[in-house]
Amino acid sequence: MTEPFIHLRNVRKVYRKGHEEFLAISDATFDVMPGELVSLVGPSGCGKSTLLKILAGLHGHDGGEVRIGSSAHAFDPSRDVGMVFQAPLLLKWRRILDNVLLPAEILGLPMAAARERANGLLALVGLSGFEDKYPYELSGGMQQRAAIARALVHDPKLVLMDEPFGALDALTREKMNLELLRIWKESGKTIVFVTHGISEAVFLGTRVVVLTAGPARMADNFEIVLPYPRTLEMKTQERFGDYTRRIYKLLGME
Amino acid sequence: MDRLNETLPRYALAVLSHIALVVVWYLFVKLGNVPKFVMPSPVETLDALLSPNYGWWANIAVTATEIFGGYFLALAVGVALALAFTWSKVLETFFMPLLISLNMIPKVALGPLIIVWFKYGVLPNTLIAFSIALFPILLTTARGLREIEPELLDLVRGLRGSRWQLFTKIQLPGALPYIFSGMKVAAILAVAGAIVGEFLGSDKGLGYLMLQVQVTLDTPAMFMAVILITMIGVALYGMVLALERLLVVKDARLD
Repeated sequence: MTEPFIHLRNVRKVYRKGHEEFLAISDATFDVMPGELVSLVGPSGCGKSTLLKILAGLHGHDGGEVRIGSSAHAFDPSRDVGMVFQAPLLLKWRRILDNVLLPAEILGLPMAAARERANGLLALVGLSGFEDKYPYELSGGMQQRAAIARALVHDPKLVLMDEPFGALDALTREKMNLELLRIWKESGKTIVFVTHGISEAVFLGTRVVVLTAGPARMADNFEIVLPYPRTLEMKTQERFGDYTRRIYKLLGME
Repeated sequence: MDRLNETLPRYALAVLSHIALVVVWYLFVKLGNVPKFVMPSPVETLDALLSPNYGWWANIAVTATEIFGGYFLALAVGVALALAFTWSKVLETFFMPLLISLNMIPKVALGPLIIVWFKYGVLPNTLIAFSIALFPILLTTARGLREIEPELLDLVRGLRGSRWQLFTKIQLPGALPYIFSGMKVAAILAVAGAIVGEFLGSDKGLGYLMLQVQVTLDTPAMFMAVILITMIGVALYGMVLALERLLVVKDARLD
């Protein structure tokens, strides 16, 4: 068995505000294998985003064990994390290509090579020909594609996505799900995908981690045995329904 | 064709409205038989400009120096102070409330004091223009530098970006629309500040000239002075707008 890329054991996180303590995560335990796309699903305020920030190295944790990287896949938290948020957060005053290049600039990577890579990534996310446009000239879905290219430009090993399609309309969202799967296959990245869309979590993930609210406790962690490439038609299959039902039940919505 | 339709009439209409105002002014004076000392016609006003007695150029130079000098001083000091505040939380929490209180002082009321301290002339009037133009620039710049999405901050921090990178790549360009919105308000105030200074105590400038000719009821010269002051203000404002168009992407402009 290969070594996991992300290894979490009994992770606890407490926020302190003055004298008050707020337990954000009580006990998160799961592994992510290299190249996996793991969906983290749970209700709003269940600590999903906190967990992502711990993985990004932005927050520490108060208990348990967090290990990222393995002997085969060394991990440098400053260079090996790409982030995509719910809002595209492109810089309004930069053209799309220059937006994609932002992480490369901050890391001080050689710019000629980065530019070439950025162009390739824009092609990968379907934005060829939009390099010189400004963000406002693109639709919400296209802006989010650019944000995905930005998250990949420094060739990180781990991509963290925090409800990246949550603000898109339902149809665009379905389309972006298919696109993401294609991008994931072609780039071979390990992806942790946070969502509160249950069907989205099942559709994308090789594995789904279910978190329950206040404080986040891991309720379940199971593999999605559905072949890739996944098709929208799979959503009508019985097995897909079984998975979504299982999650609904865990979240007490049945 | 659509483009032409949109842009050409916009400028044409703007010019037209200005011409229309002059025409209405002319007709009002002519048809109403308004005496010259109450309101001169546009022609009489223009006549005043051609008379060498008023020393228009020298007065324009003085007033323009006060306005532009005070304005650019306010821009430099305002942006620098706002920068210092974003870099030091202590500095900000110490000075910002004080500055907001000081902002409440009607700057015009400081005029007589500034003249006591610095005597007559270009310097005190420049300082009055400066003091009145400073706050809008300072406050909007400080606000603009603070307006940064927390997730964008996470993104830069995640990459272990430096404070300087955060500032040059995200904060400053992000603050530009705010800075320009402050600069526009400040441009209008700087003009008012300089003229008030000249009213209060001065021996040259367009504001001073207005007081001189008022004694002899030389209304055409007063009208001309007001028009020239306005034109200096329009030049300053136009410069700010042009600079904004150059530096700020259309979508990011605040107004």
